[in-house]
Amino acid sequence: MSASYILKRVVLIFYTLFVVSVLVFAITQILPADAAVMMLGENATTEALEALRQQMGLNDPVWMQYLHWAGGVLQGNFGISMRTGQPVGPALFSALGTSLTLAVLALVFMLMLAVPMGIIAAVRRGKVADLIVSFISYIGVSLPEFVTATLAVMLIADWWGLLPPAGYVPLSQDFWGGIERLILPIIVVSVMMIAHVSRMVRSELVDVMHTDYIRAARLKGLHPRRVLFRHGLRNALLPAITIVALDVGYLLGGVIVVEEIFSIPGIGRSLMSAIQARDLPVIQAGVMLMAATYSIVNFIADLMYAWLDKRIQYD
Amino acid sequence: MIDFLRRLLRTPQGILGCLIIAVVLIAVVAGGWVTPYGPEDMQALARYKAPSATHWLGTDQYGRDILSRLLDGARSTVAMAVLATFIGTLAGAVLGTGSAYLGGRADEFIMRTVDAVMAIPSLLLALLVVSLLGSNSWNALLAIAIAFAPSMARISRSVALTVRKQDYVSAAIARGEGAGYIVLREMLPNVIAPIVVEMTIRVSFAVMLFATLSFLGLGAQPPATDWGLMVSEARQYLHRSYWILLWPSAAIALTAIGFNLLGDGLRDALNPRT
Repeated sequence: MSASYILKRVVLIFYTLFVVSVLVFAITQILPADAAVMMLGENATTEALEALRQQMGLNDPVWMQYLHWAGGVLQGNFGISMRTGQPVGPALFSALGTSLTLAVLALVFMLMLAVPMGIIAAVRRGKVADLIVSFISYIGVSLPEFVTATLAVMLIADWWGLLPPAGYVPLSQDFWGGIERLILPIIVVSVMMIAHVSRMVRSELVDVMHTDYIRAARLKGLHPRRVLFRHGLRNALLPAITIVALDVGYLLGGVIVVEEIFSIPGIGRSLMSAIQARDLPVIQAGVMLMAATYSIVNFIADLMYAWLDKRIQYD
Repeated sequence: MIDFLRRLLRTPQGILGCLIIAVVLIAVVAGGWVTPYGPEDMQALARYKAPSATHWLGTDQYGRDILSRLLDGARSTVAMAVLATFIGTLAGAVLGTGSAYLGGRADEFIMRTVDAVMAIPSLLLALLVVSLLGSNSWNALLAIAIAFAPSMARISRSVALTVRKQDYVSAAIARGEGAGYIVLREMLPNVIAPIVVEMTIRVSFAVMLFATLSFLGLGAQPPATDWGLMVSEARQYLHRSYWILLWPSAAIALTAIGFNLLGDGLRDALNPRT
């Protein structure tokens, strides 16, 4: 992996963010909302509105507004929320932190379940265990988050009373209370990925176990467990890194729904309320942050892949 | 074709998928006519009823027959999802195939831009488009089509790249055919099979995405019988009757499972590994 490859990838991240910024800016420009009216209210005088428009640069040509906004973003200034009048950046970054806590915990939970499920299914191919795993994964990929969430709340919170149905407590404030409220969201947001990743691990492992080097390892008389874990799994799990990174896009989408249902003050919830209130600066910044998260995760995944698999020589 | 169908029906996924999709399609086509009650008929004396002989799946908070509502909603939920997937796939396929045909700088530019758009989660992209156009089913359809196009472009391109190297494409170029003719008439027909497989699986995502948009209040509006909307409305009455919630959830899941199974069956039937 050469320095020029890393450079190329970094340039690509910036290109991605540029495209996303243009797209989001274009969408929010078409949205029928007059920022000045939103901030001052319907009863503001024409002069006051005009003064505010002048001050906010709303009378400038669109490309100048874009440059002004993009320049601010590059300096870490995401503008002022129309709804709250507060700077967008700090509020969204703290919301992003909450969402990332949820997302990372969900990823860990997902891997802890999906990888063993995939291994069992591959080793016991065609047996009952394989059928059970594939049955579970078919159901898993077919349940949208809001259905899983509603059913989970109904069963676990309402009927059995095991966990609180919604709410959020920062982990720094009350660790166990926070975890307790995060369990249901974590389960809900990872169901789809568990189904997807376990299927993928299974099919990769099945393919790898049919290769010549696995046969060679077996014929050498190695213990089956050693063949599976040292030779098979290592090669089967490598492609999983890329797939899991691509799934992060899906995970971020799921986080929006789950935060909405469980009232978690994350970036998804901020975005939903911003979309409903047509709070343009928050929408723009939120989408940018989501796209940046996705790009960076995929960048890290590519680096990890290249670092772990020495055969790959990117140039 | 007969041979292909036989191969499809030999896999367990294929049979099960075909069965489920057949049931769903019957509901889509005939659902509006065979409903035992009107989907919006309210019976004040029969609210929150559990399944019985008169109401097979029970009744909801206004005493509306759930089976009738499900059958009626099949059309808006499933047909719209299929249509959205089809439009998104078509746009993506033309873009991806065109990009593979052009090659070089243009291909690089198109694909990097497609990758960039894919950095926005598809649910979020759909939310943005719907908020831009207004909340109703047709805008949700368009939003899902737009959200699906980039990933379908990516898949079509990788398939089209192998087709691009085939002799018949070189022959068409040598004959001096135009770019449009080569992309649409020579390349596209040959990339269709793998794209159809991908599209079938995508329909299940579209059903779920549609339902999610309705659930968030950005798709169909009450008193529509869209399944996602039914789940959303039922949540408030959970403590009175869980049947209102269970049936539409099951309908969404079953449809999604059906399209997933059918897609897997099609894939196996198209490239038999053994």
